[in-house]
Amino acid sequence: MWEVAIIYGFINSVILALTALGFSLTFGISGVPNFAYGAMYIFAGFVSWLLLNKLELPFFASALIAIAFTAILGAAMYRFVLLRVRGLVISEVIATFGVGLIILELFRYLGFSGFEYTLPVFSDGSLLIGHTYVDYQRLWIVGVGILLAIGLYFFTHHTKIGLAFRGIAQDEHTALSLGINSDRIAGLSVAFGSGLAAVAAILILPRGTISVNDGYDVLINAMAVCIIGGLGSSVGVVLASFIIGYAQIMTDILSGPQWKMIISLIAILVILVVKPSGLLGKQKELEERI
Amino acid sequence: MKQRRKERIDRGIKARSDDVFSLNSFREMLYVAVPPLAPVLILLILPLELPSYWQKVLVSTCVFALLAMSWDFLVGVGMVSLGQALFFGVGAYIAGISNKILGLPIWIDIPIATVLGGAICAVLLTPVLRLRGVYFSMVTLVLPLMLERIVEASGAFGGTEGISGITPFPNSYTESYLIVFATLFALFAFRRLVTTDYGLVLKAIKDNDRAVMSVGINIYWMKAQALFISGCVGAFCGAFITHVYGFVGMPSFALDYSILPLSSAVVGGMGTFAGSFLGAFILVPLSEALRGIGGLRIVLYSFFLVFFIVALPEGIFHYIQRKYQQFERWVEVDK
Amino acid sequence: MTDQNNKTNLILRAQNLSKSFGGVKAVVSVSFDLHEGELLGVIGPNGSGKTTLVNLITGFLKPDRGKIEYKGQDITGWTPYRIARIGIARTFQMIRPFAELPSFKNLIIPLYSPRVKALSGGKYGDLDAVAKDYLEEVGFERESSVTYKPAGSLPHGYLKRLELAKCLALRADLIILDELFSGLSIAELASIVPIIEKLVSEGKTVIMIEHRLRELFRIADRVVVLNYGSVIADGIPSEIMEKPEVRKAYLGSE
Repeated sequence: MWEVAIIYGFINSVILALTALGFSLTFGISGVPNFAYGAMYIFAGFVSWLLLNKLELPFFASALIAIAFTAILGAAMYRFVLLRVRGLVISEVIATFGVGLIILELFRYLGFSGFEYTLPVFSDGSLLIGHTYVDYQRLWIVGVGILLAIGLYFFTHHTKIGLAFRGIAQDEHTALSLGINSDRIAGLSVAFGSGLAAVAAILILPRGTISVNDGYDVLINAMAVCIIGGLGSSVGVVLASFIIGYAQIMTDILSGPQWKMIISLIAILVILVVKPSGLLGKQKELEERI
Repeated sequence: MKQRRKERIDRGIKARSDDVFSLNSFREMLYVAVPPLAPVLILLILPLELPSYWQKVLVSTCVFALLAMSWDFLVGVGMVSLGQALFFGVGAYIAGISNKILGLPIWIDIPIATVLGGAICAVLLTPVLRLRGVYFSMVTLVLPLMLERIVEASGAFGGTEGISGITPFPNSYTESYLIVFATLFALFAFRRLVTTDYGLVLKAIKDNDRAVMSVGINIYWMKAQALFISGCVGAFCGAFITHVYGFVGMPSFALDYSILPLSSAVVGGMGTFAGSFLGAFILVPLSEALRGIGGLRIVLYSFFLVFFIVALPEGIFHYIQRKYQQFERWVEVDK
Repeated sequence: MTDQNNKTNLILRAQNLSKSFGGVKAVVSVSFDLHEGELLGVIGPNGSGKTTLVNLITGFLKPDRGKIEYKGQDITGWTPYRIARIGIARTFQMIRPFAELPSFKNLIIPLYSPRVKALSGGKYGDLDAVAKDYLEEVGFERESSVTYKPAGSLPHGYLKRLELAKCLALRADLIILDELFSGLSIAELASIVPIIEKLVSEGKTVIMIEHRLRELFRIADRVVVLNYGSVIADGIPSEIMEKPEVRKAYLGSE
């Protein structure tokens, strides 16, 4: 039983981290709270489904195009909505939340629900680890998740644009004086975060049917993980994912799946009381904490 | 090069009637009295005139107007809630439980739900007050949705079935007039509150919290009070609706109760309460009229929301107010 | 709190205050005493830790090490509002008034403070009138247009006076002014300096963080010089610039 807990806890944690990384990254770089994040996730799922089933493209191509489309959608949201209210936190929150709702509820209205909306798994079958069967799709999730984390690290530390991202995140004024266009970087960061949401969707959605409600769930989970790990801290997000991921699996095994959400809720409330900025929150002492 | 610029000048009648002691014509008296009296008269007459179906629409319009005002009040202190449904749902469940399970009469359980609900929401959200920015929005968005899932999964308080058979109001007039009076009371009380010294301090917290703290005011305590006030209004709405439907369940935490108030306040114009009121009276009946489009409702609200916040952030009320008080003309300026 | 007491009353004592931000040492083991009625100037090149020091004293930052005593009471680690309530007022380097409110309404905020309420016998009364009194004290003409104008549209000199009025309205005993003189014209300075001198003559204690040394040295009783977060000199204005370490710190920057 402990073997199951350890393996599935790990998988669950990677899934949580995958769904939260994009939100955290966008916020960490440009301070844009992308409340349309869950909608981006679902958008990627449905677009790739449409390409796959209506245009009959191969899965790999449709997945890539869906990821690209989602990133473009993110960039467009920045360009046409966020740019006009940049710096007004209240408006940024409301505008992204509104855009997310429009996308999600439009899909619901257009009748995107039912068992036919599924994405294919990467490869069928399962593997026996010790005494526990794990299907290949979950292994894919874990593998790609880990690769993505390593890739992101190299991207932000060793590429020009990645370094620009970090520059803006650390000190916008200095970065501006070095000739980094903060508006463009912020737009890119939203596109990038949306793209990550799409990657997560392509990987995770094949486990079940695509439903609009998942969009809200993804948003809730991403928020929960970010609140606990600390907004803008990628390491914090991963750490929080593992804490919640394992805690959820343990409660699932010990007392039943219905208590999973309670664990997240309790974790949020506890962290807010004990350390409001999250486990590894990079809250600048004077500017954001009051 | 000649360019044009729009010049706005106070109307003569506004300048004359601003000084309360010098109202010297019937027209000036009307000018001052009509804006506050019109909503009062309309709301008092409507329950008598409307057919019973539209009476229900009026009731839900008032509820959303109240929620929008409570949202607006929080924004005025710098807290952007994405979850008025939390206040609503907590109030609804307290009313349902105290009425059905504890057997309290309606006139006792509503006040209890109002005050207790406000207190619970304030206590739940107080830890977030130490952080600026988006944390408050994130937590308020997450909490009601999580509570909904928890009720669903754990089966607490009736689970997916909810609690039904809750005492209804004795008749539809009691129902309508209770919510009409509550709405009008909240409208004028909020508008009055923000002009008092207390309201001034609350507003100052939004503008510059450190300056307020540096004069010895405990801003966390002030914000917690604001949360309590807003929470009470939201919880009252929940408790009220519970008795209207005779039912409380998971839908009480639904996104509708978060989004519609938000849209109403933004479309109507933030910071005035009259804007929230106006916004609700535009959007709710509109969505009833457009019932045919069903699921497109939320899309429509959200579209209005995004459109107004980006293109017309001042909202409808400010626009009307400006037209009422000022006239505009183009003047040429040298460049 | 022993032999220092016999001169005048010690009002503030900082002992070994240290604060660093992620490896950068902003304030390193700063100690100084301040007596009632004194006007202390704090100077130092940019980035020498002056504003951090203010934030430490007023509770906006918590020191990593060290102790702050105010009137014999240990106030280290107190919240800013608790510190303000015992009579320490401050201005901010970046002045952000409540821009939409008329000038006199800006003073409602300090007047609403629990400190003022307690000092005036537990009730608030008509704050508008009191606010106008304080504005008059810092040179706003009573019932003039500047009193009623939105604070956001005030000229710079009036904004600085408004900040001073906030400290007065709080009835603070210790007033910390963070670069109050910066950006003021000679004429504006000439009208604001007497207000500060009057404060000191009324027995208030003042700390001034300043870059405008000439004006500061004319009114300060004592000057503390910070460089790289440490106190490198502490003495009377006429002698302070003679010290070689001070000259060295300022060489090139002044």
